[in-house]
This record gives sequence, C-alpha cells and structure tokens, in this order.
Amino acid sequence: MSLHVPHREKANGAQGGTKAVILVGGPSRGTRFRPLSLDLPKPLFEVAGHPIVWHCLTAIAKVPHIQEVCMIGYYDESIFRDFIKDASKEFPKIKIVYLREYQALGTAGGLYHFRDAILKGRPERFFVLNADVCCSFPLNDMLKLFESKDAEAVLLGTRVSEDAATNFGCIVSDAHSSRVLHYVEKPESHISNLINCGVYLFSTECIFPAIRSAIKKRTERPRLVSYPSSENLESSYMQDDDEEKSNEVLRLEQDILSDLADSKQFFVYETKDFWRQIKTASSAIPANALYLQKALQSGSDELAKPSANILPPVFIHPTAQVDPTAKLGPNVSIGPRAVIGAGVRVKESIVLEDAEIKHDACVLYSIIGWSSRVGAWARVEGSPTPVNSHSTTIIKNGVKVQSITILGKECGVGDEVRVQNCVCLPFKELKRDVSNEVIM
Amino acid sequence: MKALILVGGFGTRLRPLTLTLPKPLVEFGNKRMILHQIQALAAAGVTDIVLAVNYRPEVMEKYLVEYERQFNVKITFSIELEPLGTAGPLKLAEDILGKDDAPFFVLNSDVICEYPFAELAAFHKSHGDEGTIIVTKVEEPSKYGVVVHKPNHPSRIDRFVEKPVEFVGNRINAGIYILNPSVLKRIELRPTSIEQETFPAICADRQLHSFDLDGFWMDVGQPKDFLSGTCLYLSSLTKKGSKELTPISTSFVHGGNVLIDPSAKIGKNCRIGPNVTIGPNVVVGDGVRLQRCVLLEGVKVKDHAWIKSTIVGWNSTIGKWARLENVSVLGDDVTIGDEIYVNGGSILPHKSIKVNVDVPAIIM
Repeated sequence: MSLHVPHREKANGAQGGTKAVILVGGPSRGTRFRPLSLDLPKPLFEVAGHPIVWHCLTAIAKVPHIQEVCMIGYYDESIFRDFIKDASKEFPKIKIVYLREYQALGTAGGLYHFRDAILKGRPERFFVLNADVCCSFPLNDMLKLFESKDAEAVLLGTRVSEDAATNFGCIVSDAHSSRVLHYVEKPESHISNLINCGVYLFSTECIFPAIRSAIKKRTERPRLVSYPSSENLESSYMQDDDEEKSNEVLRLEQDILSDLADSKQFFVYETKDFWRQIKTASSAIPANALYLQKALQSGSDELAKPSANILPPVFIHPTAQVDPTAKLGPNVSIGPRAVIGAGVRVKESIVLEDAEIKHDACVLYSIIGWSSRVGAWARVEGSPTPVNSHSTTIIKNGVKVQSITILGKECGVGDEVRVQNCVCLPFKELKRDVSNEVIM
Repeated sequence: MKALILVGGFGTRLRPLTLTLPKPLVEFGNKRMILHQIQALAAAGVTDIVLAVNYRPEVMEKYLVEYERQFNVKITFSIELEPLGTAGPLKLAEDILGKDDAPFFVLNSDVICEYPFAELAAFHKSHGDEGTIIVTKVEEPSKYGVVVHKPNHPSRIDRFVEKPVEFVGNRINAGIYILNPSVLKRIELRPTSIEQETFPAICADRQLHSFDLDGFWMDVGQPKDFLSGTCLYLSSLTKKGSKELTPISTSFVHGGNVLIDPSAKIGKNCRIGPNVTIGPNVVVGDGVRLQRCVLLEGVKVKDHAWIKSTIVGWNSTIGKWARLENVSVLGDDVTIGDEIYVNGGSILPHKSIKVNVDVPAIIM
C-alpha cells in the first residue's frame, strides 16, 4: 500500500493529477443503520475511534499528489462542517469540499451533476469511494494497475463465498489481463464470486462521456422496470412517487458499469485484504474489528498498550476512564468520556461517548450507545458471526435474530439484567432480562 | 426407638448430582441429606435406623459407620431385590421394626423439614391408635393427596382424596409417619404402596391420625425443589437465629440467609445472598454475585461471575464473567469457561463448557 507510484506529469501541471470523491449518501439511506443513525449520520459513526468516512480519507491521504477530495451526498451542509474542519487540520495537504445534492441523483447522477467541480483543476483521473464500505482501500495498487494497463476504469474486487456473491455486483474478469468482461449487479443466478467492493478509479475522459451516453439512452428509452438495488448503495428513492425525479437517478452499478465492461479499458484489482459493507448497525462491529486489526498490524500508536487486562487491539479515547481491573479486548473501542468500572469485561464491542459501564458487568459483541448506562453485574451480549460472513443476522432456535446487541442513545440496563441479541431504540430502560427482541 | 428411611433407587430425578453420589449423601444446606434425618432421629431417642434401599452403594458405608459412632445409633441396610414400593420395605425390615412393642418412625429420604420426631411420638402415644402421619398445609391441594378428617375430630383421618377437584381440605401427607409394630401385620411382602393400600386399611379401622407440621416442608428430590427447599431451610435457620449463618452485617452478605462453610474463601467486592449455601473449601473470587444458589464442596468461582438459581456440583469451576441461571445444575468437576452463559443447563460430570447454553438443555 505504501508503494510509490510514478506520477505522470501532464501538460496541465501538478494540479492535473488525481482527485477523490467519497459518496456519503443521505439521511434516507441510513435507515438500515438504525437505531444508531437516529442520532448520528452513518458516515460520522465512529469505528476504531474514528468516523467511518475518516477511514476513507486516511486511505486517500496515502495516495501521493491527491490534493482535493469531494464528498458528495444529500445531507445538510452543516452535518459535515465540523468533520471537514477537523479533517482539514489533520490532512493539511488535502482540500476537502462537501457537495450537496438537493435531490438524490444516484451515484453516477451525482458525479455528473458535480462534474464541473470534479473537473476543476483538470484531473486526469479520480477515485470514487463509497463511504459505507470498510476495507484496506488499496488505492495505490489500483493506481498502479490503472497506469500499467493504461486503463479507463479500475474497480476494486474481492472474492466472497458462492452463496453470498449474488447479493453484490458480480464481475467476470480475464484471469491474465484482469480485464472486466462482464458485470451484473445482484444477479439471480451464480455468475462469479468476484464482487464489486464499491471503490473505483476512473479516467475523467472516460467516465463523464459514459454517464452522458447513459443519460441519453435513458431519455430515449426510459427504464421501465426498477432494477434490483445494490446492497451497498441501498436507496429509498426508487420508491419515490415522483417519476420524473427517479428518471434522473443514475447509478454507477446498474447503469454504467455493465456498459463499461462491454466497450472500455475496464479492469479489476482483486484485493486479498479484508472487505465488509457497513450496512446495518450490527456491521459496525466487524468494521470496528477490522479497522482495529489494521491499526494494530500497522503499529498505530493510537491503540491502548497490551497488558494482562488489555487484549489487543483496543482503542481507548484519551478522555475515557477505564478502571485498571477492567478487562478489554480484543476489538474494543471506548469512546470519549466513557466510564468503565472495576471488574468490567468488554469484548468485540463499541462503547460510545459518555456511556457508563458499572462494576463487574460483561459486554460482549455489542454496541453501547451514547450516554447509555449498563448496571453492575449486567450482561449485554450479542453472538459472534462467522469470520467470513457478510450477514449480521444469525439463526437462533430457528428464529432469525440480530447477532449484535445494540443499545441506542441514552438507554439503561439495570443491575444484573441480561440483554441478549436485542436491538434497543434510544431512551429505553431495560429492567428485566430480554433476549432476541427489538425494543421500541 | 426405631426408624426406617425410604431411600429407594438411584435418585435419577436429582441427576446429574446423583451420578456422582447417592442422593442421601448429597449435601443440603452444607449437610448430607441423610445426616439431617439421622441427627433428628437420634435426638428423639432413636437407636435403630434401617435404610431401605434397592441397591447397596459402597460409598455410603464409610459415612454411615461414622454416623453410627457419632450419634450412637445402629444403622442397617435393608436391600430390596425387587422394588417393593413404599410399604413392602417395612415388611422386609420386620425383624428390626417389630423386635419390640415400641412404635417406629418411617420417613421418605427426599423430605426436608424441621423433623418434630419427639412431639410426634408424644402425640402418637397420647391417642394410643396404630398410626400417625405428619401432614403439612399446602397452597394448592389439588396437586396432592389430601387428608380428610372424621367429622368433629381434630386428628382422626377419615380418608384420602387423591388430587381433589373440589376443596376437601389443605393438609397433605408429608411423608413422615410413626406406626405401631402391629401395622407390619397388615403388610405383605410384595410390591405395595403404604399410601394406597396400608393407610386406607388403617383408616377403615379408625386407627390413623394426623399431626400438623409447623414450619417448612419440601420434597427436595429434584433440582428446582432442591433450590426452593434450600431457601426454606435457610429461612428457618434465620428464624431460629442460627449461629451457623453468616451474619447479615458481613460486608458481602446481601439479604441474609447465607450459609458459608468456615473453610471457604470469599474474595473482595462480592455480593452474596439471599439464599446461598457455600460448601467446604470453596473459593469465590473478586466481584462475584451469588444469589439463590448452592455451591458444593471444592467449587471455584472466578472473578466477576454471576450465579443465580443454580446448583454447582463438587469441584466445578466457574469462569470469569460467566453467568449461570434458571435452574442450572452442574455435576461433579464441570468447567464453565470465561464469559459463558448457561441458561437452565444440566451438565453431566467432567464436562467443559466453552459455548453458551442459551436455552435449557442437557449437556451430556
């Protein structure tokens, strides 16, 4: 990932290199991230101690010469103001702008709508990252492939199990050249187990004309049926009553990629690193674990020092109070001002800002919401999901339940109470044992 | 005086505990079941005790030799070659029970209460008839055999009504009797029931009386009742101001009714009680929460574990942050891993549990 890629200086100078776009979506997209998205937009939810979108930004910052990142979404501008202010300090060489869509245009529609902003400074190519994926973002490797193939588009692919593959965009590629031969979004039958990770590198000269011709095609031959929607780009706008509006919606996956496969220099970079979607709130737990492990392997100094009671990787915010007799880890993030009492056990969990866990409580495979309180000797527990599973539900006694227990904002769990495989909406007090329930 | 204790079979209802020790040797309130009974009988002047069993557990011998010496009683095994029901064993032990004219006690080994043997004998002598059975008041008589008295007589029993559908009384047979040796003549040496055959016959001759039990009564033959019986027993110790109980002023005692063997070790910041018994050489770690549970000899409970409504068998180990509840019963030498949850698990001896038992199950 730290490979230095020879950079082709073109006539338009240093500014004409590479840009990046992060697609952050909008409030209507966050429904599956409930109950956590009821209180915070998903891209700003912290995993491994940082907002989801920060992990994208960090990966982008490792690509030499990227000077500008456009975040495209339809959240209100104010949502990302503080984040952009902080990130600009952390990544001083990168200019971060937020481009707000006033109506959902789809991923391709949004790119096209903001083409002037993206093309400003005449970049030769730009990355597109979906904010709701969690991966190592091997952008430099993608760039290397792009250069060596003189590609017009490169997408990041990963192998998944055969039965999981049809939930994603499936890629058929040439094993030797890595060229994409065929692309189908969520096929009904098995096509390939190489799937689209939602991370792209496009040449500006290729992508905008491709979107333009898709628009033209759409106008001439309006889409009659709704396409099966992409999991990671789930959007509610397809149900929009306003047909005119939905006609303007253009998505990369459904509307652009399969045409690119037919005619263009379109390649896939297959990553062997971790990759997960951050789709439901439960998926924040595997994402947290994967980013923490990445931080551990890269020797990050942000992580808590391993000890008898700290099983790495563990992230503890500097303002959190953790009793020395509490045992944390692996894969635990403790947020700002959280208080962890004596003899507490936390494993495979996220404890958010201002939450309190009282003495001798046990928290496993769970997310403890902002300002929530867990009583003494309470047990808040989810279930581990198989390492290579892309699902966040499990079958328990024949019933499909949430694998991860989630407490929304300001929930309370009484002393000695057990909460197992539950999702609890904000401001609820749990005074009795509960399992396998959604608590409204 | 003489007594017969109906021990019967292997105590399968109290498995997995009885896979390791015969039921009379299982500790109830830190004292072997049989010892509760032998102690009370000896205190009432009983010198001959017959254990009616249908197998001969070798392991019992050494304890019984010890108890014979300790209480100056003679304990005899009466072994049935085929199960003889609840009356047959009396006939089988006729040599001992009928050796003199003095009445003898009969008790079911599963029954736990404050055995009022001396008062029972005095009452029996006072009415002069053939038999007296202890009766206890229950809330739901429809589940039991109910005793119906003769009109205008406080103790003479008229008949028994099995599982009455309408209210006929709330006194039930508590499984403890005193009988004259003449009763032995009424019993044949064959499988026969004292409740179904012998008592109705004595009733018919107006020779059977009831004696009201004060205080608690429980058939502790199965785990759920073993736990409830422990609560009742500990409450009765509290009521009596027993010095055996850990004082409620102790920092870790919560809600009282806590009985801890002096050899047990308790860690820091624990909260124990109500209704907990902790056996000899048990080691309880720091920050442990125990309530309504029984820890038998040699158990080790690691830090921050939480145990409720559970019987933890001898020498078992409970992991850190483990949570056990809902009538879980652990056999001898069971290991529960760190952070494991057990909900109503019956776990056979020498098992090591590494994944949650989410719903009640038998772990073979």
